[in-house]
Amino acid sequence: MDIQDKVAKSKYSKILQTLESENLSVTFDDALDNEMILNMGPQHPATHGVLRLLVSLDGETVLNCVPELGYLHRGYEKLAEACTYHEFIPHTDRLDYLSPMANNVGYALAVEKLIHLEIPERGKYIRVIIAELARIQSHLLAIGALVMDIGAVTPFLWAIREREKILDIYDIICGARFTNTYTRIGGVAQDLTDEAINGIRKFIDEFIANLDDMRKLVERNKIFIIRCEGIGYLSKEKCIELGLTGPLIRACGIERDLRKAEPYLVYDKLDFDIPVYTDSDCLARYYVRIDELVESVKIIRQCLDKIPAGPYNALETKKVLPKKDRIYTKMEELIHDFMLINFGVNPPVGESYSAIEASKGELGFYIISDGSGYPFRLKIRSPSFCNLQALAPMMKNCMISDTVVIIGSVDPVMGEADK
Amino acid sequence: MKEDRLLNLKSKLSTFDAEFTEVNGSPAVYIDKSRIIEACRVLKEDESLKFVSLVDSVSVDRFTKKDRYEMIYNLVSIEFNERIFVKIRLDSQKPEMESLCSVWESANWYEREAYDMIGINFINHPDLRRMYMPEYFEYHPLRKDFPLMGIPDSLPLPNK
Repeated sequence: MDIQDKVAKSKYSKILQTLESENLSVTFDDALDNEMILNMGPQHPATHGVLRLLVSLDGETVLNCVPELGYLHRGYEKLAEACTYHEFIPHTDRLDYLSPMANNVGYALAVEKLIHLEIPERGKYIRVIIAELARIQSHLLAIGALVMDIGAVTPFLWAIREREKILDIYDIICGARFTNTYTRIGGVAQDLTDEAINGIRKFIDEFIANLDDMRKLVERNKIFIIRCEGIGYLSKEKCIELGLTGPLIRACGIERDLRKAEPYLVYDKLDFDIPVYTDSDCLARYYVRIDELVESVKIIRQCLDKIPAGPYNALETKKVLPKKDRIYTKMEELIHDFMLINFGVNPPVGESYSAIEASKGELGFYIISDGSGYPFRLKIRSPSFCNLQALAPMMKNCMISDTVVIIGSVDPVMGEADK
Repeated sequence: MKEDRLLNLKSKLSTFDAEFTEVNGSPAVYIDKSRIIEACRVLKEDESLKFVSLVDSVSVDRFTKKDRYEMIYNLVSIEFNERIFVKIRLDSQKPEMESLCSVWESANWYEREAYDMIGINFINHPDLRRMYMPEYFEYHPLRKDFPLMGIPDSLPLPNK
């Protein structure tokens, strides 16, 4: 008998025919033989944003994984071409929204390199302090979220509590907690007040003790160690081949940190170490982040001791925005402000690349200028985007439950990866 | 980069007809697209260069009549702590070049991004799909002739 006749005569002919017409091909020979495609995200709490993973599974083992990006693509590189250099600063907050201060610093440095502007010592120290606070802020969330994905909620709350204190300090520094927009081309928006300095000092004095409390909860926990040790391993060669930066490359035994390799601001005058681990698994990445927190505190303490008095903005009236009170009272400043806001800083024709060591890795801005007040092309080298490429090789042959740990250890921020 | 190191680099690339410029302190080198793979292998594998890590790539639409498009690869030598920018001029009508995925694995996503945003075609790329935009999108948003506000109806809205 023909198969179509069989279907027609069957009790379920209607269902079978619909299935046939919709062309849904399913094999049911042996359920255990079939590979399963699991769609993880974009709305999944463990993907830290809108990362979508297509995971092919054999039972519980991941055979392959394809990350899909673009769910938070806002076209910042296109927008930048329609903004003056000053106007783009608030947009950098929205790149890596877990450490907006570091993005502000990175962008301001890139533009200053393009227009050959040197900022005063005090401005440099202020920038180092806020960039390191941003690193603490970002790593706390990375660690907290990693541990929470494994199942421990308390350390996450403790990490968030510390993070909250940093946000309060930001509130004092610049008036905003989350999207700061604190740096300006040629300096920062306003001086670091004594209140802010005292706040930072109080925070770093208490922070190490609070961090140790959190570490006691996590690091001797058997579940945490078993879930992290040996998971997400990537060989040293592969790490280099994939162009990884930040904690990921320092967890595989390569001592590369732009703060030492290509010193910017005043990092060459400060004494700090680069934590390096060789295991290249999720546990090593956790420890790199923890050690970087301690180093950041060290850096901030030195900066607070060394920070000189004096101007915090460069005295280049044609490039740097003047103070508001002077704009309202002085003619000269009003003209400069008008020119800067409407026509921009007009850098010379040329190209420039400047990168900083942000919390996730090398955050670079490649700016091409055609001499006008708008960037001709602004390329953002976002560390999360480049680090996410390591996700597929890390996940090969791991268990489905390990995927969340691996994503947590890579610590992607989709605002930055999708630009 | 120090003077002697730069001379060394120039001698290694002498056979490739390379054109040297500079991007704030780091050398930038224009290489012809027909011999790009060979040149990149030299940059990566030569014992005195070792540009083992490709950290970024920039795709540019220069909006000129001739050689409108350009790819800029940002290479880092971890051992010598040096940076070099490899630039490749691409044709205005048909921007295409050999993919560098065979030399550096990380080129994969960078080139997908360049394909998506500027529309450069990479030959022998293992997985040339769009990085951010949906696959059915017809335009390349970072081209200079693409309007900032977008093109109406280029992205269909979901039905009710």
